[in-house]
Amino acid sequence: MSAAELARDGPTLHGPELAARLERSWSRDPGLLGWLATVDHKEIGRRYLVTAFVFLALAGVLALAMRVQLARPDQNIIGAARYNEIFTMHGTTMMFLFAVPVMDAVAIYLIPLMLGTRATSFARLNAFSYYVYLAGGMLLWIAFVLNVGPDVGWFAYVPLSGPEYGVGKRADIWAQMVTFTEVAALSVAVVLTATILKQRAPGMSLDRMPLFAWAILVTSLMVIFSMPSVALASGMLLSDRLVGTQFYNPTENGDALLWQHLFWFFGHPEVYIIFLPAVGFVSEITATFCRRPVFAYPVMVMAVVAIGLLAFGLWVHHMFATGLPRVGYSFYTAASMAVAIPTGIQIFCWITTMWLGRPRFDVPFLYVVAFIVTFVIGGLTGVMVASVPLDLQLHDSYFIVAHFHYVLIGGAVFPLLGAITYWYPKVTGRLMSERLGKLSFWLLFGSFQLTFFPMHLSGMLGMPRRVYTYPAGLGLELPNFLSSIGAFIVALAFVLFIANVFLSLRRGAIAGPNPWKAGGLEWATSSPPPPYNFAHVPSVGSATPLWDGPLKWMSGLRVDEKEMLLTTVVSARPDLREPVPEPSIWPFISALALTVMFVSSIFSPWAVLFGLVPLGVALIAWFWPKQLEPTAEPVIE
Amino acid sequence: MSDAPTFERDLADVPTSAFGSRSLTWWGVIAFMAIEATGFALAIGAYFFLMAHEHSWPPEPWLPPDLLAGTLFTTLIVLSEVPNTLAKHAAEKHDLPAVRRLLIVMAVIGAVLLVLRGFEFNSLNVRWTDNAYGSVIWLLLFLHTTHIATDWADTLVLAALMHTREGEEARRFTDTSENSLYWRFVWLTWLPIYLLLYWLPRWAP
Ligand code: HEM
Ligand SMILES: [Cu+2]
Repeated sequence: MSAAELARDGPTLHGPELAARLERSWSRDPGLLGWLATVDHKEIGRRYLVTAFVFLALAGVLALAMRVQLARPDQNIIGAARYNEIFTMHGTTMMFLFAVPVMDAVAIYLIPLMLGTRATSFARLNAFSYYVYLAGGMLLWIAFVLNVGPDVGWFAYVPLSGPEYGVGKRADIWAQMVTFTEVAALSVAVVLTATILKQRAPGMSLDRMPLFAWAILVTSLMVIFSMPSVALASGMLLSDRLVGTQFYNPTENGDALLWQHLFWFFGHPEVYIIFLPAVGFVSEITATFCRRPVFAYPVMVMAVVAIGLLAFGLWVHHMFATGLPRVGYSFYTAASMAVAIPTGIQIFCWITTMWLGRPRFDVPFLYVVAFIVTFVIGGLTGVMVASVPLDLQLHDSYFIVAHFHYVLIGGAVFPLLGAITYWYPKVTGRLMSERLGKLSFWLLFGSFQLTFFPMHLSGMLGMPRRVYTYPAGLGLELPNFLSSIGAFIVALAFVLFIANVFLSLRRGAIAGPNPWKAGGLEWATSSPPPPYNFAHVPSVGSATPLWDGPLKWMSGLRVDEKEMLLTTVVSARPDLREPVPEPSIWPFISALALTVMFVSSIFSPWAVLFGLVPLGVALIAWFWPKQLEPTAEPVIE
Repeated sequence: MSDAPTFERDLADVPTSAFGSRSLTWWGVIAFMAIEATGFALAIGAYFFLMAHEHSWPPEPWLPPDLLAGTLFTTLIVLSEVPNTLAKHAAEKHDLPAVRRLLIVMAVIGAVLLVLRGFEFNSLNVRWTDNAYGSVIWLLLFLHTTHIATDWADTLVLAALMHTREGEEARRFTDTSENSLYWRFVWLTWLPIYLLLYWLPRWAP
């Protein structure tokens, strides 16, 4: 068969007939095996999202347990040791199993749609990453249920987590959970970087790329350059604990501060890895609900890039209390304050957009407003603790707990809930209930302030973080009681939000392709999108193509094989036609083999060696190309 | 039937394989190289951080590693760039017989390197449990060995693949070319580690 006879979309093949044939090439087998073998980014993104929310719920329940214990002074509902485990599990789960993966989830689902392509790059790696993430989360939580959950805090400082004080397997579980989540996050970062650089629709040059895609590109690069640090640190911790190396042991000239440097070299960028995707959500939502592109697009892009770069110069501000050289103090204080500048500029751009536009206060936009208010407060307390004398007072107090929940919940969770409400119709085909949405929004916004604002006060009154109780008579009763009441209302608000998600699956108004009249390509396909996303290749001439009149298309991709278009990195000119991998069970099996290897290595270092064999076999099977098809194209030079 | 959408262009004539930054594989390899280079850089950072705590390097009374195995290893890995470049060029010219031959040469070199690496571990004159110095040089050598091993396995699989009918597919030549690129990364990262393991302990006070 010659190249010309192969079936391609175009003037003679479009509409329902094309859809039916594409559906046949792109759909996967039904049943469990098909489910495990899928490489569809939309399915994988949905799984990531659901899993991340399950972990949010679990960590949320632990937060409630802590608030019950702290509601009144001198209580002993949860003992000191159990409390250590609970705050460790809460923090670890929130950071590693909820906040980072949930942002990945949204990006995996949306980025190919926003770029107008049919799949992500390295679709099997994407599937693999999900199973690795799931395994890491299960390791942590099964260990917790079996009473070997970690109890060393979410940053597991040595020597507490080292071989001398961290007896038993608790710290090993923590460190190995980190390995799992790093493998997953790094894989996703590679997938997203390549997708964004190589798969944008023709015409979508870098300066026409949605701001969300910019945010995800910078985030992914930050993952690539920061996560190896924590992987290395936790690998060294494991080897100190399991094979007797001396990295962190001061008596053999190791150093506990090495851990802190390596951890925070990752840990500070981590905050922005969580925050930047949220910046992307806010930009997309603001544009749509103000009915105009975000003000000063190039400035927004530069601010995102600047944050990404600056974030690598800040890690030492987590170590002000460790006694560093003087110059170090001044430098890192200045750098920490400097990062407020690009963030401030962004906030200014959003507010200008609102000022110039005609904002529509639907639920997604309400979350944007709540984000701005809350994040500004959290940012201000952040600038406060960037100054060393104040930090030495407030370090390890509830003031810090208040600060980072303002930043994390205000800066990431509010935009996330807005984003879910905004893109829900794309994923499900129906809109969420506006009334229930408003109710849960106001409840959440109010109760959030009630929970976390008083923590500033208890912190300034001297309440240290990570204590399971406090004595009466120091003025700590009232703020703590308010925080506890607030926490339960926060939980109620979340329950309402989730109820809305489920109820609207059946009852929501039918959305159609573009219910918000937005400008991005993800709204150019049906809701929910077909497995192949777009029947033809969209071609764009601006950052908001759907606002420019009817969309133009390109034709000529294969119909009976899964194929997508690669474009050039800067100007997005059509360059190559690239096959998309078929579904495969091997990424799942590879993840399984990796899990066996990682988990058993906690018990014997030899497991690494023996574990490599099944892993190697699975990887080879994964990468071995499928049988040559009789329709394979002749080589075109 | 819906009306046909407006088509600006037909993409049927767009090619299906290319080398270098045009191909997706290249970007994947570059991204993984960035991840691993960061890992090496941080491990090297840890080496200097720990070195700053010592009065002498290696700390008294330990001796620096013996030179023989490491230096043989270094010589061979640098020389391996010759067949590596030839393999890359052969792939880019779609010269299947040459690619087949050169991949086998690379696989043999990889095996010899792994054996030499075994002797290197044996000539460090310190165990990883002895002190932080021992831990960090074992770490560097171990990290680098994982790269040698990974690329060796990759080369074996690729060599096998090229001896099947799959080898005639254009995309396999891209894979070969990117495998050569990765090997460059592996030997280039070795050079600073060689200095840190074998020479800095001889030069430092
Ligand atoms: C449902 C709302 C939440 C409540 C009521 C809550 C409550 C708390 C409390 C009381 C602590 C302090 C424990 C202590 O120091 O004794 C804490 C710690 C922490 N929380 Fe939350 N939290 C919530 C949501 C979140 C979210 C969404 C995140 C991240 C995205 C998060 C991340 C953390 C971290 C990293 C810690 C530090 C853990 C440690 O000290 O090792 N929290 N939380
Ligand atoms: Cu920080």
